[in-house]
Amino acid sequence: MIVVVKTLVHLAAALPLLWLYYGAVNDTIGADPVERVIHFTGIGALNILLISLAITPLAKRFKKPVLLKFRRLLGLWVFTYALFHLLNFLFFELQFDWRLFVDEVIDRPYITVGMFAFAILLPLAVTSWSKIKRKMGKSWQQLHNWVYIAAVAIWVHFYWSIKSDIYEPGLYAVGLIWLLTLRKDRISRWLFKRK
Amino acid sequence: MLIKSKKSYQLTDNDVTDEQVYVNRRQLLKSMGYIGAGTLLSQSIARSASAAPFDFWGGSDQASFTQQALNYQKAPATDELLTPEAKVTSHNNFYEFGLDKSDPARNSQGLKVKPWQLTVSGEVSKPITLDYDDLFKKFPLEERIYRLRCVEAWSMVVPWVGFSLADLIKQAAPTSKAKYVAFETLYDPEQMPGQRSRRIGGGIDYPYVEGLRLDEAMNPLTMLSVGLYGKTLPPQNGAPIRLVVPWKYGFKSIKSIVSIKLVEKMPPTTWNILAPNEYGFYANVNPDVSHPRWSQASERRITTGGLFARNRIATLPFNGYGEEVAHLYKNMDLARYY
Repeated sequence: MIVVVKTLVHLAAALPLLWLYYGAVNDTIGADPVERVIHFTGIGALNILLISLAITPLAKRFKKPVLLKFRRLLGLWVFTYALFHLLNFLFFELQFDWRLFVDEVIDRPYITVGMFAFAILLPLAVTSWSKIKRKMGKSWQQLHNWVYIAAVAIWVHFYWSIKSDIYEPGLYAVGLIWLLTLRKDRISRWLFKRK
Repeated sequence: MLIKSKKSYQLTDNDVTDEQVYVNRRQLLKSMGYIGAGTLLSQSIARSASAAPFDFWGGSDQASFTQQALNYQKAPATDELLTPEAKVTSHNNFYEFGLDKSDPARNSQGLKVKPWQLTVSGEVSKPITLDYDDLFKKFPLEERIYRLRCVEAWSMVVPWVGFSLADLIKQAAPTSKAKYVAFETLYDPEQMPGQRSRRIGGGIDYPYVEGLRLDEAMNPLTMLSVGLYGKTLPPQNGAPIRLVVPWKYGFKSIKSIVSIKLVEKMPPTTWNILAPNEYGFYANVNPDVSHPRWSQASERRITTGGLFARNRIATLPFNGYGEEVAHLYKNMDLARYY
């Protein structure tokens, strides 16, 4: 049963990407396919991240520990979307202009914050293998708590990238704050301990 | 002896798309079957045009917008690759109709442009009111192929149809007090959902306002456009009449204008009010002055082809129109007056 649901989750995450790139290559998804793939993967990463953050509170609330089996899978899809987001920017927006890429990461605060978030997601994805998790012991959780900081950074990156709209990032802010508030004890303990 | 003086919008060999790019583009088009997709995209336009092909004076009041063919003097032949019409009319920043670039084409088709009133007032001795038909009759229409550069660092090449703003202003006879020109977009929340709702319109204070210095407005390049690709403007591109100032970022080119006012003091402009540190009054295209979010050194030219079209090009000062307009800013520090 879980295998079936997991397969469905994988399909739900993968099919939009396939549809996106099929349309982008064929130039059928709007006048500027480059902007489209960048926005789609970026907002996709944020959406999946919020869903994955909702799992633990939902599992507790409804006493369904089976839900926890979906966290890693969703987390890896967050990373995949974020990776595509970054590669879209580098390949299609900047068209492999590496110098411009470095300049942009340094000069544009919203891109700096986005890269910071990606730099957090990367080690989280790499350490998601069960073997590594076991080896890391307690420090695995320490490391993965950084996802809260990444989530905030991703939101800032999103908000900062928008010209005037407050409504949409506002909605995301409400969702994110709510999800973080549910874990406020854990987060403050973690932050407090680190000092 | 025949002396030919070249206007800036008559592009030269230098403007011709690089052969390599051109050849690649043909290959891309073939390999991606763009022709098929392009036909599909333009079908909606064809359909709306065929609904009432010669209804120019007919005063139709159907919900769906129709474009009409225009009589105009064609632009000299150019080899510069035009942005396809379907892209020009489906990739628009017109926040009155939504924030996503595909929103305006979807949400604006009910816009009523007949009747329309455009007033020229303020520091003028002969105020003018143009109604809808005047927009197309008052001045001979000509086509001009201009590069349009958005502050978001993408650009298009668009065949506009219209006339010089200077012609209209001259007719209004500005007084000696007139130093600036203030423009205003239609304010009609019933027709423009973005003006009704902060959620749709991005929380901008409407009506949208823009401005130029009088000498900028009188520059021969500055144009009031009533059409593109030989037809009247669709609403998403600013029907029935909009400004085009090709050496400035796109947001200066205010759409669906109802008021042109000559004034003594520098008028407020919408984006400058919203974020003065990001959007200056002048908004001249300048590769050396970056926006906080977009480097302006280069841009992506939106032409044809999908994701793999290689179309990043260097941005030129004044969007390549420096020869005609640089003198307007002779003693100005353009990093300060951006």
